[in-house]
This record gives sequence, structure tokens and C-alpha cells, in this order.
Amino acid sequence: MTTRIDALFAELAKEGRSAFVTFLMAGDPDPATSLDILKALPKAGADIIEIGMPFTDPMADGPSIQAAGLRALKSGMTLRKTLEMVRGFREEDNTTPLVLMGYYNPIYIYGVDKFLADAKTAGVDGLIIVDLPPEEDDELCIPALKAGLNFIRLATPTTDDKRLPAVLANTSGFVYYVSITGITGAAAADSKVVGDAVARIKRHTKLPVCVGFGIRTPQAARAIAEKADGAVVGTALVDALRDSLDTQGQATAKTVAAVADVVASLAQGVRGAKQAAE
Amino acid sequence: MNQRLPNSFRTGPDERGHFGNFGGRFVAETLMPLILDLEKAYAAAKADPSFQAQMNGHLKDYVGRPSPLYFAERLTEHLGGAKIYLKREELNHTGSHKVNNVLGQIMVARRMGKKRIIAETGAGQHGVATATLCARFGLECVVYMGAVDVARQAPNVFRMEMLGAKVVPVQSGTRTLKDAMNEALRDWVTNVHNTFYCIGTVAGPHPYPMMVRDFQSVIGEETRKQMQEAEGRLPDSLVACIGGGSNAMGLFHPFLDDPSVEIFGVEAAGHGLTQLHAASIAGGRPGVLHGNRTYLLMDDDGQIQDAHSISAGLDYPGIGPEHSWLHETGRVTYLSATDDEALAAFMLLSRLEGIPPALESAHAIAKLTELAPKRPKDHLMVVNLSGRGDKDIPQITEILKGRKQ
Repeated sequence: MTTRIDALFAELAKEGRSAFVTFLMAGDPDPATSLDILKALPKAGADIIEIGMPFTDPMADGPSIQAAGLRALKSGMTLRKTLEMVRGFREEDNTTPLVLMGYYNPIYIYGVDKFLADAKTAGVDGLIIVDLPPEEDDELCIPALKAGLNFIRLATPTTDDKRLPAVLANTSGFVYYVSITGITGAAAADSKVVGDAVARIKRHTKLPVCVGFGIRTPQAARAIAEKADGAVVGTALVDALRDSLDTQGQATAKTVAAVADVVASLAQGVRGAKQAAE
Repeated sequence: MNQRLPNSFRTGPDERGHFGNFGGRFVAETLMPLILDLEKAYAAAKADPSFQAQMNGHLKDYVGRPSPLYFAERLTEHLGGAKIYLKREELNHTGSHKVNNVLGQIMVARRMGKKRIIAETGAGQHGVATATLCARFGLECVVYMGAVDVARQAPNVFRMEMLGAKVVPVQSGTRTLKDAMNEALRDWVTNVHNTFYCIGTVAGPHPYPMMVRDFQSVIGEETRKQMQEAEGRLPDSLVACIGGGSNAMGLFHPFLDDPSVEIFGVEAAGHGLTQLHAASIAGGRPGVLHGNRTYLLMDDDGQIQDAHSISAGLDYPGIGPEHSWLHETGRVTYLSATDDEALAAFMLLSRLEGIPPALESAHAIAKLTELAPKRPKDHLMVVNLSGRGDKDIPQITEILKGRKQ
């Protein structure tokens, strides 16, 4: 099975550059604005888009992404509406890979089989579920792979060589290396350390390795893109969105452009990266 | 309910941390290696006779165990039914059952070489117990506490700070126990290398529900022996309050395979089950939060709902996974008591026995007033008096003042 994610990395390998992976929270600050931002991202330079599924208790997220999730929930966002948003995007764009990212409970309550069928039909390519380690693969990972979706696993600095094979066993699409031990939006990791970690993971897998957590500037994005197959940026985009809102937390005329502008400047950083010698 | 009943209720969890369909290890990858380390360290400690000997020494001389099993004569007369015994966990050092578990976990943390301890707390009882043992063993201690709870449990906040702990008020979400737990998990993810997370109840990822239950089971084991000495037989029923459910699990577990013993857990019904409450089994359904699958309060989209209880220690939208399993197998009957019923029970026990119970424990006393009168005078009923009410006196004074006006 080849997903849009597999096709993208094959294409980027030919071009000799790394992927720019962006994150937005579905429904932040409201469903309509959020869909407009989503549609603007590929033009601004996003290669892959992670769409956050809002959850009341995001245990691995820092204050920015927590607040984004709460804004989305307040605007009435649900998992069903997140899938509608994916369908809306796919009416115009059938190539940019979309990855849903979040926590397991809303999916468990939606019903695993129904969720996988609906996500596949809507045009979702992969899933990143923070609170499903390989020890719980039977819950969603195995059914997702059977349904033709990529299941993208997080590897972290605490995932040692002994554990990596277990983490990578049912991973597909790409590996998401969390460059620090910590929550989203925390301090950046040193690119030399990240380079060593990526090399370590690549000894265990042929999958592309994307790196996230702590990347906020074009320079940082570039430094990471030189060491990895992709750079993931989330909090910096969520912060740009937040700063564009009015005092009531509502979208303004500037909101879509505020996010797209940051994405464009970070994308330049990623595209300026020299590919590491293989 | 139509699942096959197990031969024993005391063999769980399985090697993956499951009690039937409940439990498990639903955590971020960063934490997974730690949880596996903890599982190994705990198994090694459990198998080491010197660990148990050390524990027993501290339980006796520092905590003050065994706690008495006290015949509540005037309460028994007043209710006119079952013969009521109180398991006096409120007499432990630090004022509640929480210390039993904290002592165990701190001893495990020391074996693992961890120097920094973090904890979440609702009423502050677990925070106080953790701060106390960190002081005793010279460890750094950080306690996460919802900002709402910091306000309503001021005496315990002062106490933790006096013991040298850093209390961090949590401003996110509903600013109560569940948010304190989220924040503690965020700290743990960030400081994995030197930090031990001392969870206060029988919830969280495996091995916590099992480990906390094991450390709390001293309550039920003592009760068994003490009732044998007092009456020459087993009790006929057990009653305990439940937030996450650690005091209840500690009392219940040693009796789960004695079919003659009726067992009742009491959840917090807050303003009533049709309004804001904290009764996960009565008003929730199975879902996944904080590392385990269990009964949770949530909406149709799987978003976790706010819990409410007059008692900060029960103000949590979930319950330990083993309780969810004991509910589904029917071994334990789960009831609930409202804020008002708990308040009335607080006054009743204070006036009749001279023992102000913690508002948490008052929920168990409240159901006792319904259960005991219906049972014969030779029925032996044990209630777990899990904590003392001193910490609640400022809050109760305010409430009673408000009612007079």
C-alpha cells in the first residue's frame, strides 16, 4: 500500500530536500477559520499537515497547544467535525498528506472501526496518537494499518536501542522523533544531538525520520532539516494564530495570513537546508 | 455483566496491567521506558524480604500502625442495626491512609536512586503524606495541586510548605485534581531522568494501580486479623468512600475471595447524580485517561467532563481500573452519597463518637446510615475512616455560616 505520505517522501528524495511538517489544531479558533488556514498551508510551503484533534486533557502538550484545544472545543469542535474539515480540504487538494494527531479517548468513544473507515473515506493518511505506545498496539495501531492508514510513532530520547525495534515494528509513513524529553513548546534541542539521534534511529529503519518539539525559527528549522528527513513545527504556528485573535479570542481578518506568513518563512528555512550526506 | 466470573478476584492484573478490559499502559513513549523500569524495580522489591522488613519497621514506628479497629458503640446504638466498627486510618501519621502508599513508593524510589519526587493532590492528604516522607528521607518534593483545591484546603498547603515541599497551584482546565495529574505527568515527561512520580491512588498506567493497592492492602489485612481477635470471625460487610479508590481497594482486596463478605464502595454524588457530581461508575462509562482504561465522566465526543464534590479528595472524573472491573463482575456494589449527606454524616460522627471524619470518609459514613439500620444486630460492618476532618473545618465553618444567613 502506498499512501500520500509514502509518495511525498519518494518525491522529496528525488528533489533532495527535507519535508516541512506543520501542525494546526482543528477548530481553532473556529471551524470555518480553521478550514481556511488548512487550505492556505500547502501554498505557504507545508509538505505534510498534522491536524490536532482537540482533547480536554492533553497530557503531553504545553500551554499553547492546550489553549488551542480549549479554544477549539469552546467553538464546538468535535471529532466528527474534524473529519468534515478533512473532507472540505480534499475537495481542493488530493495530494498533500494529512495526519491526525491527538489522544485516544475521543477515537475510542467514536468507535475504532467506524473512525478508521470514516477517516480513510475523508482522506486522512496517517495517525499519531500520543497515548498509544507499542504495548497497546491492539487497540488502534494494528486495525489502522489494516485499514490502509499509516500509524506514525513517536520515538524519544528515552527510547533506547533495546526498545527502538519494538517502537518501529508497526510504524509506517515516517518516524516522528521528539527531540527533547518534555512537552510541546518547550526549549529547543541542540541540532548536533538531534543529528546523532536521527542517525541512531536510521540504523534501525528505512523509514524517513522527522524531528519536532522546540523548532520556532527558520534557522532552527533549517538546522534540523539538514539532519533529518523532515522538520515539524507546531507551537510557533499556534502562537502566531493566537496573537492574531481579538480580545474575545475570535478570528480577525489577519488570522489566516498570520499563520501562512510564519509557515512561508519557516518553509524557506527548510528548503534552504543542505541535505546531509547519506 | 454476562462475562464469566473469575475463580479468584485477587490474581489481577495480568502481565500487561489489565483487570478484565480495564487498566493498561496508555502513556506517551517518553514515559514508557520508565514505567517498564518501575515495574521491574517494584517486582524486585516485592520479592526482597529486606524490603518488606524495612517497610514493616517504618509502618510500625513512623506511621503508627496497626491502626485500631474501633467498635463505635454510640453510632451503633443510634442506627439500631449492624454492629459498626471503624478502621481508624485517620490516626496514622499525616492523618489519613495515604501515608501507607507513599511510604511504599518512596522506598521503591530510593531503590531506583531517584532524588526528586513529584505528586498530584486533591484534598492535600496525598501531598502532605508525600511531603512528609520526602522530609524524612531527604528528597526534593514538588506537589501539583489544582488552584481551586489550594483555596479550599489551605491548612494542608501550609503544612506541605512547612515540610519543605514546593506546592505548584495548577491553573489549567478545571483547576482540580485531574488537572493536577495532567501537570504532574507533564513534569514527569520533562524530568524523566531524575524524577519519580508518586501517584496517590489506584489509578494511572500499570504498575501503579497494582502497586498502590498492594501498599494499601495493609488496611484490609489488619482488619481481618483484628476482627478475628474482637469477634472471632470475618466481618459481614465493608464500606469505604471512593474517589480514585485507594482506601477502598486497600480495605476490600484481602476480602474479595470471601463470598460471605458484602462490599460497598461509595462515590461522591455532589449536587446529585442528575447534576454536577463525581460518581464515575454511576454516571460515567469506560474510556481512556491518565494511562488507564476505566469508568470516566465524559461527553458524547469523549471529552472529559468536570467532576464536582464538596470533598476535594473525591473530585475526580475517574476511578481506579480495578474498581471498574469489580463493578462489572458484580463483586463490589457501588453506591453514592451527595454533598449534603456527607456534611450531615460529618456532624453525626463528630457528635456521637467525638471523631470528625474527613469529608471524603464522611461519604462512607453517610451510606452507613442507610445500610446499617437494615441489618441485624449480629451483623459486623466495617467502615474505613480513611482520614481525619481537621483539614475540612475551615471549609465546613464557611458552609454552615452561609446557611445561617
